[in-house]
Amino acid sequence: MSVMQTLSDAIAQTDGSIAIATAEWVIPTVQSIHILAIAVVMSATAMINLRLAGFVGSESSVRQLADRSLPWLWWSLPVLLATGVVMIIGEPARELTNAYFWSKMAMVLLAIVLTILLQRLLDDCPYREMAPAKRRVTRAISLLSLALWLAIIFCGRWIAYS
Amino acid sequence: MAINESLAWLEARPFAVAIAESGWLFPGIEVVHVIALTLVVGSIAMLDLRLLGVSRKDHGVLELASQTLPWTWGAFAVALISGALLFSSAATTYAENIPFRVKLVLIALAGINMLVFHVTAYRTAHRWNHQLPTPLAARIAGTLSLTFWVGVVFFGRWIGFV
Repeated sequence: MSVMQTLSDAIAQTDGSIAIATAEWVIPTVQSIHILAIAVVMSATAMINLRLAGFVGSESSVRQLADRSLPWLWWSLPVLLATGVVMIIGEPARELTNAYFWSKMAMVLLAIVLTILLQRLLDDCPYREMAPAKRRVTRAISLLSLALWLAIIFCGRWIAYS
Repeated sequence: MAINESLAWLEARPFAVAIAESGWLFPGIEVVHVIALTLVVGSIAMLDLRLLGVSRKDHGVLELASQTLPWTWGAFAVALISGALLFSSAATTYAENIPFRVKLVLIALAGINMLVFHVTAYRTAHRWNHQLPTPLAARIAGTLSLTFWVGVVFFGRWIGFV
């Protein structure tokens, strides 16, 4: 028996897990809040990418747009963590013994690191004053984080089907 | 009844049968649907929160609307098409599903709210573009919109649990 199987069996026997699994409304409610928080992360990331790609208005600077969007992204993460923990406690085997779940966690960590990097780059120097090479790096990091969030949504939904 | 016959006809279409029988088509379309809806809800929430004077206060309402609305509509089209495909795979069952019915009503209410806002307060938006607090009509429209779209996510998630 794997470590994760043992762990999820142990979690499944706790009062908290039984309470969550028994109350039918908890999982769908918590999943809905989880999706709403993902909506905030996705739209913040998408806005920054659209701005960097020149698709949305240039009347505000990249820095201004990032300053407006990124705090929302950061505040969504504790909501995602808290709702995610409730889902794990309620259905431990569904998450902890699932390869899509662990792929998702690895990508979440990478996406967070990339977002910190992006924020540092934009704080250091206004985008319009960056050298072309640095601009390319900034855009690549931003685009990669968007791709990661898309893959995270994919894995998140696929957990239910594997 | 004509509606039941139409639903049964839809469900018998080869593409609908393919979605219902395939192991990956339904989850795959569902992933597209989730990504699209996070962008719809997230981009609408950005504008709603601005109408409420909560966020992006330095950003003119008109500028923000012109930046986000094309992407809101694009994402909505994707959500509508992917949602229609998911619906077709089990049309007669979904039509009976209470959360699904509530979700459709909420989308209709969100649409009506948007129309009312566009023919009333938004017409004079050039006059209160940067004014805070925003006019009462704009705050009411923002509150209703947020409420309806949060409801759409909740009832949408609930479809799979009944």
